[in-house]
Amino acid sequence: MKIIVLLFMFLIFTSLNAYPLNVNEYKLDNGLKILIVEDHKAPTATFQIWYRVGSRNEGIGKTGLSHLLEHMMFKGTSKYGPKTFSQTIQRAGGTDNAFTSREYTGYFELLASDRIELPIELEADRMQNLILTPQAVLSERDVVMEERRLRYEDDPQNIVFEEVMAAAFKNHPYRWPVIGWMSDLKTLNPEDLISHYKTYYAPNNAVVIVVGDVKSEEILSRIKTAFGSLPSGPPIKNTDPGEDEQRGEKRIYVKKEAELPYILSAYKVPDINHEDGFALEVLGNILSEGKSSRLHNILVYEKQLAVSAWASYDGFHIDPFLFFAGATASHGKTSEEVENALINEIEKIKKEPPSEQEVQKAKNQIEASFIMEQDSIYMQARTIGTFEMIGGWRLLEKYLDGIRKVSPEDVRRVAERYLIPDRRTTGILIPVTDGKKQ
Amino acid sequence: MKKPLILLLIFLSILLNRPFNTTAYAEQLAEREIFPSGITLLHSEKKALPIVTVVMAIKAGSVVEPHEKAGLANLAADLLNEGTSRRTSKKISDEIEFVGGSLSTSGGSDYITVSLTVLKKNLELGFDLLSDIILNPSFNQDEINRRKKVIKSAIIQQNEEPGIVASKAFSKAVFGVHPYGRPVEGTLETLDNISRQDIVDFHSSYYSPNNTIMAVVGDIDKEQLKSSIDKYFKNWKKKEINFPDMPFPKSGGRAEVIKINKNITQANIILGHLGIKRDDPDYYAVSVMNYILGGGGFASRLMDNIRDNKGLSYDVHSSFSASKYSGSFQVGLQTKNNSANQAINEILKEMDRIRTETVSDKELDNAKLYLTGSFPLRIDSNRKIAAFLIAVEFYDLGLDYADDYKKFIEAVSKNDILRIAKKYLDTRNYILVIVGDIEKAVLEY
Repeated sequence: MKIIVLLFMFLIFTSLNAYPLNVNEYKLDNGLKILIVEDHKAPTATFQIWYRVGSRNEGIGKTGLSHLLEHMMFKGTSKYGPKTFSQTIQRAGGTDNAFTSREYTGYFELLASDRIELPIELEADRMQNLILTPQAVLSERDVVMEERRLRYEDDPQNIVFEEVMAAAFKNHPYRWPVIGWMSDLKTLNPEDLISHYKTYYAPNNAVVIVVGDVKSEEILSRIKTAFGSLPSGPPIKNTDPGEDEQRGEKRIYVKKEAELPYILSAYKVPDINHEDGFALEVLGNILSEGKSSRLHNILVYEKQLAVSAWASYDGFHIDPFLFFAGATASHGKTSEEVENALINEIEKIKKEPPSEQEVQKAKNQIEASFIMEQDSIYMQARTIGTFEMIGGWRLLEKYLDGIRKVSPEDVRRVAERYLIPDRRTTGILIPVTDGKKQ
Repeated sequence: MKKPLILLLIFLSILLNRPFNTTAYAEQLAEREIFPSGITLLHSEKKALPIVTVVMAIKAGSVVEPHEKAGLANLAADLLNEGTSRRTSKKISDEIEFVGGSLSTSGGSDYITVSLTVLKKNLELGFDLLSDIILNPSFNQDEINRRKKVIKSAIIQQNEEPGIVASKAFSKAVFGVHPYGRPVEGTLETLDNISRQDIVDFHSSYYSPNNTIMAVVGDIDKEQLKSSIDKYFKNWKKKEINFPDMPFPKSGGRAEVIKINKNITQANIILGHLGIKRDDPDYYAVSVMNYILGGGGFASRLMDNIRDNKGLSYDVHSSFSASKYSGSFQVGLQTKNNSANQAINEILKEMDRIRTETVSDKELDNAKLYLTGSFPLRIDSNRKIAAFLIAVEFYDLGLDYADDYKKFIEAVSKNDILRIAKKYLDTRNYILVIVGDIEKAVLEY
């Protein structure tokens, strides 16, 4: 469900350097950037390669291309043939997977650290030698359409999320879903994929991240051997999509078989590189982090209007993105009641700054979660990668300082400035009963 | 390069209450001790990060609740952090969240868990809260009413998720009147049967130290841990526990097709039947067989056939869920409604193939290499170690489980796989659940 996904991302991103990560940074002549963190607490390691391409780089009629290519990357190369990638990793006791977002596409392996050379070799190979047969493309397109049905078509709250995004942005590619529209998926062809692959899959558009029980120098030399001879691609054209100013609230409604009303509001806000990003992050925490947060306490606990109520600043993007606030109504409650209560809480914080205690709690939560997340090598790599994709991993260091400086008045001020109807797009799920129920 | 961690649990007599006398094995994962109060403690000191994770598993899951009060065990666990004799619900969440820690409870069928994660500097507060919610919950009537309402809404909302609808129908059909057949959260009806007194009685019957496994992982040494347990759990007294008799699961061998109509684009399919218990000696052969059939992701036959070759589904997998008292086998997938028949045919074809033909050397080899080689990944973080230790203790897997596991997996032969596939897979008498647009699916089943 979308809420869970958003909150999960929020945890990943609320990262500080209270317990600093020692990132070793290198760059090969062909442009490949390498970030290594030695973490010797267990004899395992993760190897990840992130490409700076996602749905933000797609065009009209070709949505979902980056994600489909991510799927195709497991289909084999001239050297290793089809169906071998994951099987080879699994034979070594490892697991592998990949993720696509608006800004990036990442591939990762997790395995015992004495086998780390295996993914290095395999990832270097598939950066350039992928085989894309028409037959495999058609079959995988069907798989992605099934994925889309599973995640979106049959999930009422996720449909609302898609519709809100599509309405909130009128021009920027953020308006289409990473997985792509169904009508586009039906027409994506091998030529589209080959051209996407040739444009974006090159050392100068990729970042390697290794976290785990490794020695930096040793791993660097292995990476050099595997990736060093790959030619650099042509410079990537800088896409700089814009978005016109919103002039008034937008509202959308989704009628779908569902049990509980659901509301999702998205406010246009600056990204984390903007000076207001830190205060927005703290604002999200105060409203939503934990059972003691305002939205849970008022909407779920005291008024019992909602099963869940949450807010989240999503500023980890290249371009300005959104601040979300949403709630699932309790059985018997209406979306109007829930929406009024949500807005009420937002208005409250605009009028009166949060207490010092609330702000300190948010800071403590952000700091602690950064340390706790280092329990997992995978999460460490994800955090570093995410920062790297939106402005450089060093932003991570700036981030803690920024959060620490936020005052109660900053929180009030950003709420007043950004959480206004004119910046808002609201989606309402109207549950309908289906006549065909047996 | 380091060798994989070897799990070495030091077993001490339950009578001892003196400091540990252990050899410092570099590869030791945890130490085990049973306290005079009966708490079974598993401790793994990990100093890499200034954090401590505590998981308390209390054998007070839905298996011990009365059928007509389904949801009682879950509700009792859920209410632990909703108020104690010393703290209100709000105060508990304020205190733990102010320091960026987490204190959560989770229901379950065999046991419930209470989990605490805090920075080392907040350990005292963490233990104080943890013991307070386990020992002194107030079960205030207002809080009970609140949580019941939230749980009921969540149950209603589950109907929006076809995967959950299918899975609930499957469990009910496979396990029948056995507690594994009903959802741990109960139903709208059974929740109404639960009174405050039921919850108080349930807590007093089953929440006792001798019914608890405690896993502690992180930056805390033995001495500090033992003094914290002495300090915060000293009033937790041992008592006799009476476990109710449990009905047997409905015997297998009964076929049933359950169709649930929904206006959705995919048929959510689960096909399966009873499986094995966790202590079944065939568990390891079953693990290898299932990896080849549908547990091994892209290395599995079901994924290769149904997703990779035919593009019918995004997610297709098989699993044996082997629990303490019973278990099930199931294959699950989602496919567009009008592909449902084809997908079901392919599931049955693959089940039949592994029952009648020996697997290849390569398949066997691949499965063993993955299952043994991935062991280090199962215990490479504090959180994973804590969960692993609870399982090792709860299922009585023994002191040398990592070694044993490897041995058991490596001993599995092609003939074992054929034998257990024949024994544990049934291609004729199975439960088949389809949640989808039944009209469009035009089912042949």
